Parts: sequence; C-alpha cells; structure tokens
Amino acid sequence: MFIITCPFCGERDQSEFSAGGEAHIVRPKQPTELSDDEWADFLFMRKNIKGVQFERWNHAHGCRKWFNVIRDTSNDKIHAVYKMGEKPPVK
Amino acid sequence: MKNNYSIISLLKNSLSYHENWQQAWRDPEPKKEYDAVIIGGGGHGLATAYYLAKKHNIKNIAVVEKGWIGGGNTGRNTTIIRSNYLWDASAGLYDHALKLWENLSQEINYNVMFSQRGVMNLAHNLQDVRDLKRRTHANRLNGIDAVWLSTEEVKKFCPIINTSPDIRYPVLGGTLQRRAGTARHDAVAWGYARGADAMGVDIIQNCEVKGIKRNGDTVEGIETNKGFIKTKKIGVVAAGHSSVIANMAGIRLPLESKPLQALVSEPVKPIIDTVVMSNAVHAYVSQSDKGELVIGAGTDAYVSYTQRGSHDVVEGTLKAILELYPIFSRMKMLRQWGGIVDICPDASPIISKTSIKGLYFNCGWGTGGFKATPGSGDLFAHTIANDEPHKLNASFNINRFVSGDLVDEHGAAAVAH
Repeated sequence: MFIITCPFCGERDQSEFSAGGEAHIVRPKQPTELSDDEWADFLFMRKNIKGVQFERWNHAHGCRKWFNVIRDTSNDKIHAVYKMGEKPPVK
Repeated sequence: MKNNYSIISLLKNSLSYHENWQQAWRDPEPKKEYDAVIIGGGGHGLATAYYLAKKHNIKNIAVVEKGWIGGGNTGRNTTIIRSNYLWDASAGLYDHALKLWENLSQEINYNVMFSQRGVMNLAHNLQDVRDLKRRTHANRLNGIDAVWLSTEEVKKFCPIINTSPDIRYPVLGGTLQRRAGTARHDAVAWGYARGADAMGVDIIQNCEVKGIKRNGDTVEGIETNKGFIKTKKIGVVAAGHSSVIANMAGIRLPLESKPLQALVSEPVKPIIDTVVMSNAVHAYVSQSDKGELVIGAGTDAYVSYTQRGSHDVVEGTLKAILELYPIFSRMKMLRQWGGIVDICPDASPIISKTSIKGLYFNCGWGTGGFKATPGSGDLFAHTIANDEPHKLNASFNINRFVSGDLVDEHGAAAVAH
C-alpha cells in the first residue's frame, strides 16, 4: 500500500490504480513472422525484478490514463513517474 | 540413525523434563561439492531432498536456505489441503499429493496433524453454480471425492454460515470434498527436514545464493555467502523469489511475484469444524487447533516482494467474512502477515527442466502450494534424478507457454487472480 503521484491528477492512494505490469515491452510489428518461442517470450515471460522495476499503471478510478512508474519492488518506494511515450528519467 | 518418535520415547523423555531430546537435524557447514543442491528450504524443497534421498538413492545433497527452514510461505499459508481441481493434469497432480498426505505422519515419523475435516467451496451466483457443478463432475470422473450441496445442506454442514437470501452475495450452494482438510504447516517442514537429515542431507540455513555458475549450457555450481558449492544438478524451489534465481541463471520465467495475505483472530472455543472457501467474495476461513480463526485474503494486483500486502485487500476480505458469518462481528484479529507468491499466467505450477542442463525449477504454485507439498517434492525429485518428468508432472513443463498447452486453473485456484 502506497501513494502514487498520477502525472495528471497528483497524489492518490494506490487502491485507485490498477497495475499494468512490466513497462516497455514493445508489441512485435509483425506478429505473424514470430517463432513460437519469440511469441511466448513477448506474451508470458517477465523479468519480475526484486528491486527497481519499470512498470505501467492505470489511474482506473480517476482519469483512467496510463503512465509509467519506476518502483522498487523490494520496499514499494516509487522513484519516478513519467508519461507514456516519454523516455524514463535518468537517475 | 535418529531415534524414532514414539509413545515410549515421549515417556522416557518426560522423566528428564524433556531436556534431553535429540537434535532434530544437524547444522552443518557446506561441503565443497554435492551431487544435487536444492535452493530453498521450505516444505517443497525439503520434501524434494527427502524423496531424492529416499527413492532415488542420491544421498549427497544440500538444501540451502536464505533464512530459516519453513520461514517463508511454508509458515505463512492457511494450511488448506484439497485436490478438487478441474483439469485431468491438475487432478492427477494434487490428488497424488493428497494421497501422500494421508500417510505422511507415519512416513516421516512426525505428526503433521493432518485433519481431513473437509473443504467446502461456496457458490454465490449462477455462474458459480454452473462452474462448481461442472468441477464436481470432473472431479468424480477423475476419482476425486466431490459432492454438490444445496443451500440447506451447506447450512446443515456449517450452521454458522448466513444463508439468508437477502445478503449481497447469497449462498446458492456449494461443493464439498470430505477428504480435504488442513495440516500443521511448520511440522511439515520440520518433519521433512528431520527425515532428510537422517539420510545424510545437509540442511544449510542462513545461506543465500548469490549466483549460478554456468559453463555454456551446463550448470557448474552456486555462489553463496558461505562460498562456492560445486554441483551438477540444481533444483530451484524458491517460491516468490524464483525469478530472482532465474535472473541469476540468465533465463526468464512466466512469473509475477505478489504479496498474499492471511490473518488470524484471537483464540476462541470450537465454532467451525471444516474449511469454507468462497472465491466470488474472496473469503475463506477455518479454525486452528489453538482456536484461532485462520482467514485467507487475496493478493495485491501488483508485483512486490515486501511480505506485507495492502490494507484494502484485508478490508475487502473481512467485509465478506462478516456478511457470511455475522457471528464473528466482535472478534478481534490477532496477527496479519504476507507471503510472496509466484503466479503463472495459467495459475498452474511449473515442475520442469529448463534450457540449461542440470537446472530444474519447481515454481509458480501461486496462492496454493502448501497442499501439494509432498507430491511436489516427490515429482520434482523424480524429475531431477531422471532428468525427465514423471507422467504426473509432464504437463507442468515450462514449454507449455510456447506450445500453448496451458493448464488453466483460475477457476479452481483458491484465490482469484
């Protein structure tokens, strides 16, 4: 349980948001040309990092917009929030 | 060889005020090399070592554990054991475990307090009724005991449930598996540890794995805070931390790790003599032998390794508990905790070889691994010893995420995720 600063609405309780998992997984441009291994890798395989992780969140009970969060999964501390399409801020 | 626990040893030790009991397992320093190393000293890992030594005659084994044995999810679950899963593959896997549970205390000479008090799953809407009835039929075709109960039969079996039709999610019936029940989770870890140790397995606690050493596509050993340990076979049974080990080995798994919470109340006199689960409203409850209500809550929806969990998840569960059991309204909760569960996209486990020779993973048990402990250890030991899965865990390979042959058990998993 923690506070997330939505880039559009400001500080809100985490329960207003839904987690969208690992960020920056690019959807393949030509899915039909992928091998089964590559497709499985895109669809299912995750880094699931203990530590600083890049992830997507959606302000589901607010503005309903998607954005990115850099969060330490070992203590739930948020390092940065940035909008979709933006480059992650360099620490 | 260790002394057997028996009524005679109990009487004998009572004469010396129980001060001279033999140590249950040794506390050895790691050797330079083992035939197999198990990473993770929880129930599944210790059971794996036990069956490797017992059935496959591999005695030179180490179990390395970052903390203390049974201090992870083995000691954090709600101790429910059942096998009423939908698909044939899961039914085979979980019922294999349940059959081992039925004889486990005798097998390992340690009282795991296995109590077949029955597990009831409630239906709260029409779709629940259809799904649970289908599951009962599927269970019976697989030789697993299951019956459908009407609302009146639910009330008769567990009188404290509020079966009034005017609650928000009324009880429309339920299923009952009578062979299901609970066991004392700590005893499972301790019993397997004692049994494995007696056969020469080294159980090394406070030993954290820092790296997996590979030579091309073959494992050579593990780096730990107690030095390098050489081995040709590594079995990883690290639950919520499976991905952490996988990242060390340079492979990826289809897992997400999330906190799952449970809580217990103050102890009270016997009030509920079975286990009642309810997926739709997300509440399940049983009563421990000490008298505490044991309540399982849900997972947080985001990846986290914090072993805490969010308050709103507990709040949601307790709301459902109070509506279903108004009699609990003035109970005080005593303790709350979280464990990190590794969840697969199809809510089924992985007991499998990997693309690296000598590296095996037993993970992805998600919210329901405790019930499978003996079966999981038995089948994983078989997989490690023979470098091939047993027929009961053949479906639970990592490759199913490539082939698409998933075992979708979201409906039968204890916790909706």
